[in-house]
Amino acid sequence: MTTKFTPDHEYIRVEGSTGIVGITPYAQEALGDIVFVELPAVGKVLKKGDEAAVVESVKAASEIYAPVSGTVTEVNETLSGEPGLINADPEAKGWIYKIAIADAGELDGLLDSDAYAELTL
Amino acid sequence: MAQSPAETLKTTPLIARHIAAGGRMVPFGGYNLPVQYPSGIMAEHKWTREHAGLFDVSHMGPSFLVLNNPSGDAEADHAAVAALIEPLICGDIAGLKPGQIRYTMLLNETGGVIDDLMVARSPKMPGSLYVVVNAGTKDNDFALIAAAAGDTAKLTRADNGALLALQGPEAVLAIAALAPGAAELGFMNYAPFEWQGTTLVIGRCGYTGEDGFEILCDANMAEAVWDALVADERVRPIGLGARDSLRLEAGLPLYGHDLNETVSPVEADLGFALSKRRREAADFPGAARILAERDGAPSRIRVGLIVEGAPAREGAEILDASGAAVGVVTSGGFAPTLGRAIALGFVPPAHAAVGSSLQVSVRGRAQTAAVVETPFVPHTYFRKPKAS
Repeated sequence: MTTKFTPDHEYIRVEGSTGIVGITPYAQEALGDIVFVELPAVGKVLKKGDEAAVVESVKAASEIYAPVSGTVTEVNETLSGEPGLINADPEAKGWIYKIAIADAGELDGLLDSDAYAELTL
Repeated sequence: MAQSPAETLKTTPLIARHIAAGGRMVPFGGYNLPVQYPSGIMAEHKWTREHAGLFDVSHMGPSFLVLNNPSGDAEADHAAVAALIEPLICGDIAGLKPGQIRYTMLLNETGGVIDDLMVARSPKMPGSLYVVVNAGTKDNDFALIAAAAGDTAKLTRADNGALLALQGPEAVLAIAALAPGAAELGFMNYAPFEWQGTTLVIGRCGYTGEDGFEILCDANMAEAVWDALVADERVRPIGLGARDSLRLEAGLPLYGHDLNETVSPVEADLGFALSKRRREAADFPGAARILAERDGAPSRIRVGLIVEGAPAREGAEILDASGAAVGVVTSGGFAPTLGRAIALGFVPPAHAAVGSSLQVSVRGRAQTAAVVETPFVPHTYFRKPKAS
């Protein structure tokens, strides 16, 4: 199981051919209190870089982009009632959606944890 | 995250306190100010509604307009200074009692709002007014007022000092420790108070819908005043983020968003600020348009909206029930007290009645919205019991 990161602060945790996507602790901290999450539709086909979801803090809306191409297989419905889970536990209970990865080769273009850590120093 | 270089931003006398308290500093109106502290906007917002929040509003424009040659007759001197500023605004300043503060608007010749501001009659110095304008417009406002004052009065800027706002149901308890007399002020009144060898100009007013106070002091005393207030366990520092969500819940318009030079006071639903004497005299800028709108119907009116789902932000289109665009959101966000999205925006009168079913377009999707009474959260301004 590996986790990769985008420069836009999404993570994708790879489990077999599925990726679990959310935003990093750094991103949730920067956004502040999250009050609304717009989830993608299950079955939606995304290209790498497409807008997949939107998280809204009190102040502003922020787009969440697809780290890789693929099809949305599941979304975290719990966030509809408890958007603050992204603040409280961004890497586990605050995951946003799962994607069936279309091209595993795209993962190579993402940042590993060391490179991401360097980006957010 | 594009930001202006920090060195080009102005700072307030309280910057060291904001940084020490963990404030997340952002550029705002040319100043480096905290958008929030570590507890976050939601917690700060709720703290203010339940206890007392302390805000640094030193970027705003406090000033004093003082007659050059007062006659010594208190009423005549007040009338003289009021006569200088009244031609710029729609408020009855001549009619203010000593110490009384009035919310009013600077208007252009077509009845648009140049700025909204507070004008107050000095409680002690006849012939002087305390005037507080908005940060983003202050240079232009001060130029207009100084030009109107001519050689008769002098406008002295006090925006190199510090202006603090203490807001919330426990604000009165916290201010009492600083200036016991301030706790006795009526709503929309101000007075100077001596504190540790300096003068604090304290008004019972604010822009959160809560009871509260605004405190003007010299820059070199700002940290001492701040420290004295935050030493009270009921008081916590609050950033710009919660300041905005609080005023939005209070249904109060914000200059540059809900108010601008095309919007009239009637359109902005601020008709209460058109004083009776001034309406009857029709002697303020743009009176023809404003009075016609008041007697007839303006083409658009500011309304409050409850929005289902995602917040509708500034710029979002307001749609009628059939999906046709009828207006635009001018302020919108999430209301922490209500736990849902709210907005202010302008729509034609036909859609402005409370209960009207509308929609807002958020990221291309129409969401249900309904016109509701404002304030969204009831005001709890202090009202002095009437003498029996």
